[in-house]
Parts: sequence; C-alpha cells; structure tokens
Amino acid sequence: MAGLVPSSGKSAAFAPARIWLMLPSWASIGFFLLLPVLLMLVYSFLTKEFRGGVVWEFSLSSYDRFFLDRGLFGDEPPQIEWTYIAIFWRSAWQAGLATILCLIVGFPTAWFIATRPSHTRSLWLFLITIPYWVNLLIRTVSMKFLIRDNGPLNEWLMAIGLIDAPITMINTNFAVQLGLFYSYLPFMVLPIYAAVERYNFALNEAAADLYAPKWRVLWLIVLPVVRPGVIAGCILVFVPSLGAFLAPDLLGGAKNWMIGSLIEDQFKGAAGNWPFGAAVAMVLLSIVLVVLFIYARSHARASEQ
Amino acid sequence: MTFGRLTTTVAALTFCAGGALAEGKLSIYHWFEYIPQELLDRFSEETGIEVTMDTYDSNEAMLASLKGGTLGSYDVAVPGDYMVQIMRDEGMLDTIAEGELINKANIEEQWLNVDFDPGRMHSIPYQWGSTSFAVNREVYAEDIDTTDMIFNPPDALKGKINVLDTQGELLALASLHLGIPQCSADREQLKKLSETVNAAKAHWASFNSDGAKDVLVSGDAAVGMIWNGFGAKARVEGAPIEYAYPKEGYVVWMDNVVLLKDAPNRDNAIKFMDFLLEPENIAEVSNFAQYTAGVKGVTPLLTDDLKSSPEQNPPASAPAGTFVKVCDQETQALYDAIWTRLKK
Repeated sequence: MAGLVPSSGKSAAFAPARIWLMLPSWASIGFFLLLPVLLMLVYSFLTKEFRGGVVWEFSLSSYDRFFLDRGLFGDEPPQIEWTYIAIFWRSAWQAGLATILCLIVGFPTAWFIATRPSHTRSLWLFLITIPYWVNLLIRTVSMKFLIRDNGPLNEWLMAIGLIDAPITMINTNFAVQLGLFYSYLPFMVLPIYAAVERYNFALNEAAADLYAPKWRVLWLIVLPVVRPGVIAGCILVFVPSLGAFLAPDLLGGAKNWMIGSLIEDQFKGAAGNWPFGAAVAMVLLSIVLVVLFIYARSHARASEQ
Repeated sequence: MTFGRLTTTVAALTFCAGGALAEGKLSIYHWFEYIPQELLDRFSEETGIEVTMDTYDSNEAMLASLKGGTLGSYDVAVPGDYMVQIMRDEGMLDTIAEGELINKANIEEQWLNVDFDPGRMHSIPYQWGSTSFAVNREVYAEDIDTTDMIFNPPDALKGKINVLDTQGELLALASLHLGIPQCSADREQLKKLSETVNAAKAHWASFNSDGAKDVLVSGDAAVGMIWNGFGAKARVEGAPIEYAYPKEGYVVWMDNVVLLKDAPNRDNAIKFMDFLLEPENIAEVSNFAQYTAGVKGVTPLLTDDLKSSPEQNPPASAPAGTFVKVCDQETQALYDAIWTRLKK
C-alpha cells in the first residue's frame, strides 16, 4: 500500500504470460481470502444450530439480534440494541487511540532511522524487529507481569518515590491500550520509514533557503510527500487493533468485550452461535470497507488536483 | 482462549532408536496442565504407541473445535460431566462394547452408573473435584464459607476478585448463591440472576480460567473462583489462601475420558483407557493435578500431601456439591443472553 509505484506494464515480453503469472496470486487470494469471507457471509444468514454449527435455513435473526433489543426473553417491543454498539464503540476508540499513539511515537522513530547513514539503517530496522521474533502471546503475557500491582513497574515507581501505593494498571482500559500500542507499533514505523527513506532531503534545504520555518517545512513539504506511508501505517495499526482479542482478554481481564472477543465467544464459548459470530464479523468487515473506501476516494481526488 | 493448541509430541524415542516397530499412534485432545508428561512417556514405553496431544481450556472450546471439523482426527477427549451428555446427544461419541475394557471393573461403584453416561457406554472416569473459590487469608481473615465472597464481597476484597471465564460454572454458582434452580425459565429468577452477576462484576478484577492459579500466587487477586486441585497447587506454590466450602453450595464435576466417534486409532484409544483405569497410573494423575480419581485402590498410592489436602477434604459442615445441569435449547438461549449482557 505504501507508495507502491503502479507498474506501467511496459515490458511487452511478459504480456502473453501475464495471466499465468497472475494466476497463483489470484488463486491464493480467492481460496484463502475471498472464499472464507464468502462462507462467513452465507453463515451469517443461516439458522443457529444448538451448541455450535449451522442449520441450512435462511434466517435474518443474527442481524435482528445485532441491531434490535427485544429484552432478555425476546418478547418486549424492539428497541435499538446498545450492547453491541457499545462493544464496537469501545473497540473503535481503543483502536483509534492506539493509532494516534503509534503515529506520535512511530513517525519520529521512522524519521530517525531514515536519516541515519545508510550502512547503519539496516541495523536500526533489525533492532525494531527483534521483539517480534517472540510470539505475540508471550509478549502480551510478559506485559502483564510487568504492570501487575506488585510487578517491576509499580515497584520501580515506588522505589523512586513517585507513588506511595501501587497503581492498578492490570485489567484496565489503560492496560488494553498499552498492549495494542506495543503490539502494533512496528506496523506504523515500517511503512513510514519506507516513505521517508525515499524523501529527497534537498527539498528541506530548498525550503530553508526560502526562509521557511521548520514546522512549515514539516507541514507543507514533508508530510504531503510521506503521506501514503503515514496512511498505510495508520490502516495497518487501526484495522488489526479493531479486531484484537489477546490484549483485552489477557490485559483487560476479559471483563469488557471488544469485537474480537465477542466474535471469539460465539465460536469458542458456551453460546456456540456461529451465525451470530459471522454476522458480527460481517458488520465489522463492512465498517472497515467503508473507511477504506472513503480513504481511497479522498486519495483519488487529492491526486487529481 | 490463550494457551490454545500446545501440541506436545511424545514420540517413543527410545523405541524408534532401538529399532522396534511402532505400534501406531494415539491422538489425545486434553485440558491444559492435566496429565503428567512422564505418564504419557510411560504409556509409550509400555505399548510402543506414539502419543500426540493438543490441549484446550474449556469444554466449550473443545466442542467448538470438534464440531468445526476436527472430529475424526482425535481418538479420545476429556470432557466434563455435562459435556459428555451434550456430546453423546450430538452423536459425537463412539460406544465401548461390553467386555472391551479389561479394567472396567476398577471403576468405583458410585461412578459406574452416572446420569451423564448411564452404564459408562462411552466414557471412563478421569478425575473429579469441586469448583468453589479460594481467599487470601492475609487480606481477609473472617468467615469465607459463603458465596458472598464472589457475589456480594466485603469492601476489603472489592476489585480483587478473579472469576473463571466459564459460563456454566459461574452461572451455576450464582444460582446457588441466590438459591434458584439451574436451568430455570422463570422470568423473575432469571432477571435476578442477571442483575446479581452484573452488580457483582463491578467488583471483579478479571475473568480468567487458565490463569486462575497464577493470579492467586502473584497476589493480583485476593479471591479467586477456582477448581479445588488448581487451588491446592496455588497454595503449594505459596499463595496464602484457603479454599472455601460455601454454605449456599458449590459445584462438583467429573472429567471423563471419552471414546470419540471416527477415532483414527480406536484400538489404541481403548488401550489408553485401560491404562488410565490402572490405579497406579491414574493415581499419578491425581498426584499431579490434585484431584480425585474415580478408580478403586487409588487412595494408598496418593501422596500424604494430597490425602490430607484441605481442598480434598471438605469439613463435616460443608453441604454437598451440585453438578452443572444441561439445559434445553430455549432455556440455554436465556443463559447465553445473560452471559452476553455480563460481558458487554
């Protein structure tokens, strides 16, 4: 996504073979991405089988349940169902905040790396990726050890006299946010780095020659040029954060569901309501597609100007 | 949830190295941290069967995985009592013919004819125990034998409570707290149940099953709803806790080894079940997991710690425990709705 140069397809030598060369990637996208999504779409309109599974009968009950509240016993007049809107809202602001924090930290980091001498850049990138050699689950559990009431972070804060009693961080929204921010930070750094690396720093000098202050250089010259990288980074952080379930589960104490945990429980939990889980996934997918669509349109308009 | 599919391959390495013929395979689907590795190694040594094991952390997760298409790839699983009944009703269990299990006579009388599997047609006992909660005695020194500890906690314990992330056991314990029957379809009772758990949740720190022991050991939680053996392990690992036998009642359960339908290595599954019905083998599981076996002649083989463990020996004043009931479809939907409202 980040600044991919559209291939102009000038090499006529490959033209006849193009279809065959494209086939493997289209086939794997179709088989591993489109087909499962299609299956979920179909499942979301089927009837729930008791304790997991589906009955092949058309039903709108999953969407009805998502949007309408008919009371615990299903016989009250329908009202707007706030339960799932609340879960989506919680996921959205957590993911949005994680994106902003990742941007604030990730942009200077990427800038720093891209402005190092070229022979040390790969070392910096290497350092960024080191924590990601360890499985996400292990890192999330470790985070839990660090921030627990009598964990190292609280003990350190007390040792330096900043606080008298431990601050409860574990099982809070703060802990979930910390988990999301930490998990997805490199997804922000790497695309921005890719964009900044290609940035022509002579533009800065030119702007300085014209007496542009530094913030104006950043705002009017740097940001528009590296924008695709920033946007790609934001999407790469926001979208997976939206569906995350490890962080809310392990760091948030599984008390307040996010979308990922809601869906997970429909398939793995006692409810065993596969059509409803599929319907929630479809609603989520629709929201993500709308966001991406709006971005693509504004992007297209911007490049026309 | 978390520790997902920890695949353990217990290759009978000694046998392979010795050039002996492998006697085939056995594929186990089991709870996490519930069988000692040495026991599996010994089974492999004695029989030459290569054992592989995947683990799950709730009965429901196991059911979902099997229904999702892994039925036919495992030989045995270890569902709890109510889940045996559900799996039997779903036709997911194979029948063990009379006389097929050599050691069937070793099963204790009281566990031979159980409601969830009359006549033990599909299952053998694995371990049984209770689900209640343990309280950190350094934080709270007064009477703990009441479900108020979880559902109406004193100020000292508020915000320091971990509950199991299992719908069946948590709502069953809440029903005992309120004195209402399980699988009730009575509107007032269910509303009360929903309100009670929602109000109590404000005082809970977390829902955590596979970390239920760790939160007590680390001190993250001062009250932890927990299985008795897991609680005993927490105590042994240094948590200053006492396991409660609430006067309102508590949950009892039995995990059972079942023969799965379409088991790829049915003969080896039967061998494994016979192996687990030998007192010295199943005693090893009890000593490891700190629960009680349902097999005759196990008691003398238990460690002294286990024999005298307070988690194993309810005081005379404790009421009898209650099994989790299997509700019909319509009633279950109501309990599912209560659970979703609790987690929103």
